[in-house]
Amino acid sequence: MSATPEELKQRIESGIPGARAEVSGDGHHFNAVVVAPAFRGMTRLAQHRLVYDVFGPEVGDRIHALSIQTRADDKRGSSL
Amino acid sequence: MSENTNPLREEIQKAISENPVLLFMKGTPEQPACGFSARTVAILQSLEQPFAAVNVLPDPRIRQELSALSDWPTIPQLFIDGELVGGCDIVTEMYQSGELQQVLGLDGTAPENEPEPEAVQAPPLSIENRL
Repeated sequence: MSATPEELKQRIESGIPGARAEVSGDGHHFNAVVVAPAFRGMTRLAQHRLVYDVFGPEVGDRIHALSIQTRADDKRGSSL
Repeated sequence: MSENTNPLREEIQKAISENPVLLFMKGTPEQPACGFSARTVAILQSLEQPFAAVNVLPDPRIRQELSALSDWPTIPQLFIDGELVGGCDIVTEMYQSGELQQVLGLDGTAPENEPEPEAVQAPPLSIENRL
C-alpha cells in the first residue's frame, strides 16, 4: 500500500511533540517541512534523524525517498 | 555478533577514517544513479572540492552496514573528517548558507589542512572488491 502525504503529516505530528508538518509527494517521493519546538538546540542532523525515526525502516522502502527541511520555530528562514 | 566478525563494516569505517571528504552515493560521480546523489556531487564539484566516493549499489550490504553505522537511513551520505555531515537536504542547505564551505575550509577561515589534491582524480572506492 502506498503512502500518502496526509499519512506522513499525521505521523510526524503525532510522533514529534508539538510538531507541525507540511508534506507533499507522489506516493513514493515526499518532501516534508517540519516545524517543532523540540528541535530547539539540536543540530540539523539530529533534527532530521528525529523525523526519519518516525518512519524507521519504511524510509528507503515503502517511503522511497523523504526530503526534509526542519525549523525549531515558525520564523520563516531566508532559504525557505 | 561481535564487531570484529563484520569485515564489511570495518571496511566502511576504514574508508570513513582514511578519506577527509567521503561521499557514499548511488552510482559514481561521473554517472550518478539517483537525483539526490547527483545534486550532492554537483555541489562538491562546484566548490572544486576533492572527494572520495563509494558506490553503494553493487552490494546491498554496503548500504545496510553504512546505515547501521551512521544511524542515517538514506543515501547519499557525506562524511567530512570522519563525521557524518548529512544527506542531500542538509548538504544543500549548508551549501546555500555557506556552512559547508566553512566546514570544508574553503572560506579562508580554516587552517591549512587541505585535503590531498590527488583525490580529485581518484577512482571511486570499491568496498565490495575488498571483501
